[in-house]
Amino acid sequence: MRKEIRIAGTGGQGIIFAAIVLAEAAGIYENKYVTQIQSYGPEARGGASKADIIISDQPIYFPQTQELDILVCLSQQSLDEYVKKLKEKGTLFIDSYYCKNFNKEKIKTYAFPFSLVAKEKLGRELFANIILLGSLARFTKIVSIESLKKAISHRVAPQFLAINEKALMLGYEIDQL
Amino acid sequence: MRQLLSGNEATAIGAIKAGIRFFAGYPITPSTEIAEYMARELPKIGGVFIQMEDEIASINAVIGASASGMKAMTATSGPGFSLMQEGIGYACMAEIPCLIVNVQRGGPATGLPTKPSQSDVMQTRWGTHGDHPIVVFYPYNVLESFYLTVKAINTAYFLRVPVILLTDEIIAHMREAVELPEEVEIYQPKRKKKSPEEFLYYSEETIYDSEVAYFGEGYRIHISGLTHREDGFPTNKPEVIKRKLDRLKRKIEDNKEKLWDLEYQDIGAEVCLISYGISARTALEAKYIFEKEEKRALGYIRLKTIWPFPDKPLRALLKSAKKVIVVEMNQGQLINEIERAISPEIEIIGVQRYDGEIITPEEILAVI
Repeated sequence: MRKEIRIAGTGGQGIIFAAIVLAEAAGIYENKYVTQIQSYGPEARGGASKADIIISDQPIYFPQTQELDILVCLSQQSLDEYVKKLKEKGTLFIDSYYCKNFNKEKIKTYAFPFSLVAKEKLGRELFANIILLGSLARFTKIVSIESLKKAISHRVAPQFLAINEKALMLGYEIDQL
Repeated sequence: MRQLLSGNEATAIGAIKAGIRFFAGYPITPSTEIAEYMARELPKIGGVFIQMEDEIASINAVIGASASGMKAMTATSGPGFSLMQEGIGYACMAEIPCLIVNVQRGGPATGLPTKPSQSDVMQTRWGTHGDHPIVVFYPYNVLESFYLTVKAINTAYFLRVPVILLTDEIIAHMREAVELPEEVEIYQPKRKKKSPEEFLYYSEETIYDSEVAYFGEGYRIHISGLTHREDGFPTNKPEVIKRKLDRLKRKIEDNKEKLWDLEYQDIGAEVCLISYGISARTALEAKYIFEKEEKRALGYIRLKTIWPFPDKPLRALLKSAKKVIVVEMNQGQLINEIERAISPEIEIIGVQRYDGEIITPEEILAVI
């Protein structure tokens, strides 16, 4: 089993952090082989940002994704650019708050307003990255929600743990909001 | 304990485990995480972190700290590495051990700050002027970033030379799940036994693994970039000059068998891939795809030691090869060195890329 996942959006949306948590959940708490790489422009915020995670039962040599099993887009620009990288039977997640322009007929798509949910339920948009991880666990089973919880408790400062766990569960139950 | 770490983090952890207690540097992408880790962790264990005004000051602070008895390092990328060349040459001449990490990005000049490259391979060899040997190691994953950092530091202090750990943006920023050892073997320099009157900083009695005294211990120490005698003072005497330069050369010549580190598979095959760092991961992927599709073996050699160049082991490994493919992210640097080392009978071609994107397995498969 080799799964290639890309999370993409705009610098400042916590793309790379989400990728680290996902890689840690799979690599540390589920003992899989993982690689996580990212690419970003010279600017700190506002530029395009993407992070790739490969999760496998076998050692991973070439660490770059080639045909995505899962693509998560938090911006219209990233959706336009990367949707062609998705496998025919791949799964697409889009933040419908930012990705308005999309014909999802042929692709298995989960469209939720991650950023809007973050803003309305948690007061800040920056939790969208954690919410989407909850949704990934729920709909793809690429990692378990328990492993994500462990990874978050390892990566997040104690005073922010409760709100991040809440974000994760919001994502896990996002279709019931 | 299994943990998810980037290559830069593993390098920083390895450096502290190997005894580094002084870091001076100037942050630069894609090496900055090493400085960040050191800034956070060194003060907790009695070490010193200094953010200097630039890379010239950084390398000189590292040299000063090392001469005063600390294990010292810096980390940078292309533009900063260029600024450090004068200091690296000084460390060669003055025989001051230290570790310089160069996380390669695209160049020349400020180039591509966030993109990988392997175009500093020849700069690590000849970036600083004058005849001088150099030791350069190059890891290809996170775990090896840890171990080669330890090896680089031990080597520097054993030989009393600057050692370079060369990596690239992908190896440095890529995260993998790894398990690091609690303890590593550390080389501790032999301390001076002679009295201050008898002690010579560059005594010709030993070339490496020498007894050392540090600044501030009451010994007469004169360190100079000028070609010098055993006591460190400048000389123009041809026989002394030659002995000094031969001494520098012998540090590495005498130890190269121990320094050479290569990994290889299926070297009996007709075609062999040779690579290093991030490109070796592509080569390995290409090897497995090829073998699955073609049902025959493809040779693979990966250099962990770039300098001193492992010419002798390469010649031996490639005895039965007909064709060699050198995979590297530059316009062809190490390929020239390999061509020089191996039999002229062997066809040699390069797979090269220098557009900021890593080489794909398909690009290698296309030329086999």
